[in-house]
Amino acid sequence: MLNFIDTVGEAVAGIKDGSTVMIGGFGNAGQPFELIDALLDCGATDLTVVNNNAGQGDQGLALLIKEGRVKKMICSFPRQSDSWHFDAKYRAGEIELELVPQGNLAERIRAAGAGIGGFFTPTGYGTMLAEGKETRILDGRGQVFETPIHADVALIKALTADGRGNLVYRKTARNFGPIMAAAAKHTIVQVSEIVPTGGLDPEIIVTPGIYVNSIVRVAAAAGETERVA
Amino acid sequence: MSIPTNDQASVRTGIQASETPLGRDDLARLVARDIQPGSFVNLGIGQPTLVSNYLEPEQNITLHTENGMLGMGPEAAGDQIDGDLINAGKIPVTELPGASYFHHADSFAIMRGGHLDICVLGAFQVSATGDLANWHTGAPDAIPAVGGAMDLATGAKDVFVMMTLLTRDGVSKLVEACSYPITGIGCVTRVYTDKAVFLTGPDGVQVRETFGCTLEELQAMVPVPLRAADPS
Repeated sequence: MLNFIDTVGEAVAGIKDGSTVMIGGFGNAGQPFELIDALLDCGATDLTVVNNNAGQGDQGLALLIKEGRVKKMICSFPRQSDSWHFDAKYRAGEIELELVPQGNLAERIRAAGAGIGGFFTPTGYGTMLAEGKETRILDGRGQVFETPIHADVALIKALTADGRGNLVYRKTARNFGPIMAAAAKHTIVQVSEIVPTGGLDPEIIVTPGIYVNSIVRVAAAAGETERVA
Repeated sequence: MSIPTNDQASVRTGIQASETPLGRDDLARLVARDIQPGSFVNLGIGQPTLVSNYLEPEQNITLHTENGMLGMGPEAAGDQIDGDLINAGKIPVTELPGASYFHHADSFAIMRGGHLDICVLGAFQVSATGDLANWHTGAPDAIPAVGGAMDLATGAKDVFVMMTLLTRDGVSKLVEACSYPITGIGCVTRVYTDKAVFLTGPDGVQVRETFGCTLEELQAMVPVPLRAADPS
């Protein structure tokens, strides 16, 4: 069931304590800042968050971590020059980290959305990150069994939605959006623009609306409108 | 310095030598020259990114960035800067004509599926048989972060490493076996350093070029057996 929702607050209101939440974005590109701010305001806590990173600076996911709302991060690259809120929580033992090679993270998310129960991949074979995991030699290569990552909710950002929830993205802001949309039970999308059904060429749609549950329009930030157009 | 030209490279036999060690930019120029025309290439964060400055248009190289793009152009400046168009190092970049965007699972399928010809990575250590250590020092207080390093090391047809040969303390980073946690097993095919270019593989280490040292002097710095490269 697809809903068009007026505010980001209403869009995230159903997120419960203890949920697993996928958050799109690679660094700041594609990060749904307004939805994350709304999640911060709505008070949900004990969250497991899936994102490539663990927040940057003093915005978005970094604030969610700072406020102690994230009990576990599943990500590939938590440590950055400005990931101080994650760093502090991690060093204090107040946040759990599941570190996943980036391609395995993406494929585990994709597998969840595609109904795959797991897969063997050469990435990580023989490394610390494969310790304790099942391995096999396949096609002459050592491979590691990886399991899907499912989520209760995905928060993602796209450029444009049409009346059926079909989505297109913008440049490298696409990143994890399409696979997270498919992997979560409930996918909430913030877009810059909503066009009528039929307003997007079916040939260019990246995420079909079947994966989308809630859409909220967030006006492009000052200076962004011209750029987006 | 004297980097052999393409013509010289094509008739290269044994070891090429120059009189001085190579600087970072000279090394990047050398790597760029060694990339076959028409290749699809991923340049890692840091020193490998410098290679893009020396790729010639006639080489027709397509750059991949793991956050979902082929046909990446140079770093963006001024009005070109667009927060939605960044590279894996989260630096604003530009798109070239013919560029394409795709989601993260497709991007890593490009890598893991063996479609990339070359990736160029930095390293803490490389072993004689091409094991790579470049993601984690293993220090107890370090926060581990792996990003796409293991996927790149495992997926590209050729993995080139760029690094200084020695640590600040003068210890060789080309080692018998990596003491740092490894990124991938037997994945590195070439190691470009300030003092030499090494070819690594199951048969041990060959030296293709030296910069400011002889093979004997190089051997004194490196704790693995070296031999001159087979004529190519």
